[in-house]
Amino acid sequence: MINEAEIPVIVVEELTARYGEETILENVSFEVRRGERFMILGGSGCGKSTLLKHMIGLLKPASGRIVVDGIDIARADEDRLREVRSRIGVLFQADALFGSMTLAQNVTLPLAEYTDLPPERIRQIIRMKLGLVHLAGYENHMPSELSGGMRKRAGLARAMALDPMLLFFDEPWAGLDPVTAAELDILIRRINEGLGTTMVFVTQELASIFSLAERVIMLHKEARGIIARGDPRELKENSSDPRVVDFFNRQAAATRSNE
Amino acid sequence: MDKSDKPFGVEIHGEPGGELCLRLTGRVSLDTLEVLIPQTEAIPERWSPRRLTVDLAGVNYLDSAGALALLQMEESARSRSISFSLINMSDKDRDLFALIDRESLLPKPLRPEFETAGPLARLGDAARRMYRDFSDIMAFVGDLLIALLYCLGHPRSVRWQDVLYYMKRAGADGLPIVALISLLLGLIMAFMSSLQLKQFGANLYVANLVTIAMVRELGPIMTAIIVAGRSGSAFAAEIGTMIVNDEVNALITMGFEPIRFLAVPKVLAAIIVVPILTVYADVFAILGGLIVGITGLDLTFYTYIQQTQASIRLFDFGMSLVKAAVFAILISGIGCQRGFQVRGGAEGVGVSTTSAVVSAIFLIVVADSAFAIMMHYIRY
Repeated sequence: MINEAEIPVIVVEELTARYGEETILENVSFEVRRGERFMILGGSGCGKSTLLKHMIGLLKPASGRIVVDGIDIARADEDRLREVRSRIGVLFQADALFGSMTLAQNVTLPLAEYTDLPPERIRQIIRMKLGLVHLAGYENHMPSELSGGMRKRAGLARAMALDPMLLFFDEPWAGLDPVTAAELDILIRRINEGLGTTMVFVTQELASIFSLAERVIMLHKEARGIIARGDPRELKENSSDPRVVDFFNRQAAATRSNE
Repeated sequence: MDKSDKPFGVEIHGEPGGELCLRLTGRVSLDTLEVLIPQTEAIPERWSPRRLTVDLAGVNYLDSAGALALLQMEESARSRSISFSLINMSDKDRDLFALIDRESLLPKPLRPEFETAGPLARLGDAARRMYRDFSDIMAFVGDLLIALLYCLGHPRSVRWQDVLYYMKRAGADGLPIVALISLLLGLIMAFMSSLQLKQFGANLYVANLVTIAMVRELGPIMTAIIVAGRSGSAFAAEIGTMIVNDEVNALITMGFEPIRFLAVPKVLAAIIVVPILTVYADVFAILGGLIVGITGLDLTFYTYIQQTQASIRLFDFGMSLVKAAVFAILISGIGCQRGFQVRGGAEGVGVSTTSAVVSAIFLIVVADSAFAIMMHYIRY
């Protein structure tokens, strides 16, 4: 009997991504395992946002396969794609809450689209989701009335509306003060450990990388692919690649050469 | 050393052809450069010294602009093979000089300065842009058609709440301005034409003129232009802002189809509401004509209304509604397309909003001309 925990949730195989003439990523391959907290790191322009957009189906690869929960989203038809989309949630960097709708309406949207639940049941689910992210009571608030940290949490509530087994986070700590960022870390860990949700992050926030990440891959612009993979704490101490050491030790190449 | 309170001063010690020492005092900074430079730039040339020394002991403030001026003095001296030195620099001054990267002072931009391309190149660019724009619009028309057909087949998939919302915004909220402009239009048409018709004792026909002109042509066009300005731009701005905020990407990842979700309600609302607004415009224009007729032309209410009634033909009225519906599709369609086209931030939204209105007006005029030609052949 196959142990479900051993089947990877995401398999990226020989992915090549292009913007017009320019190749951003070449033959990138990696896996994301069920239930893990997986992070995609790298400097500016390394292609991590591009990689994320491919993984959530916003972009189609020039070549290669992206298999999410058993479905190759690069080649899937509309119906299969819809199936996959109902099983994932995305928290965008700019939270992407619908500005013209209240928080409740934002969270209701996927629920109304994919389920046939009566309105009262949906309202209860919304209250539960908002409660999960410590925003109980804010159902009728508009996104513009909330602070940045609250909006991120609202975006997370919406991403989790359908109890997805896979959550994607695009730079979730960007623009947050240290305390709010730490609170977000706690929330993320609770959800991951409590619900078993697999989580993929794109980030540069070292503090959260070291406190949350179980496995990371590091991309590099010139390499157009992965230059390091594994446990971030190990990479920080033991990597022989100066680019990796610089990143995890938050040091500039200039200072390194002076040691 | 006596650091004087003067903003800036320079003392020259030495003889021409020999060793020259410039003692600077006070502030050597951005605000004193206009005094420093004229007093010192001609010195290497005029005095032709063998060696030039600049003494900074009396300087009480040096900023980067001042340091740059001194560096340039050094350059000008070295280019004449005059040996140059700065003495009595404080530690702070030394740090400041260390900060200035001399390499970056030489002009070596990574990209040449932007030069407007010649007229032929610009013509080529414009042609390419127009072609790309045309193909983008055609693609959008196809997508919109598919979405509308889908909604025809699955009416429950339409977001009717949104349709009602846009009907209020594009229709009911636009009533005051449409009424006002049409009223004025009717007034003006009646008044202007009466100046001529009076001469023939044909005041009565003012009613016909206003009615026919409005119902056949001006009603649909003026209403469409107002709707383009009010709602065409609003649709573009709303969708454009959603693109900038990643809201459209969020919709896609949640499995929604953006054109079905965002464009269809707007287009449906426009199709319902613009013909109604056009009828309102006709009514208010006739009212405007009526006001002129009664107050200036000694017509009675009854006479004016009777003339008006006599000149409306069902065919004309029907055609005006068809025109209005077609304009509605053009306005809302191009408005949404420009919104989806937005790239960049606030500026991108501004550009597409303007483009939505201008393109809509252009399309309205083209469509109206097409209608005029069609009408010509249908009548005869």
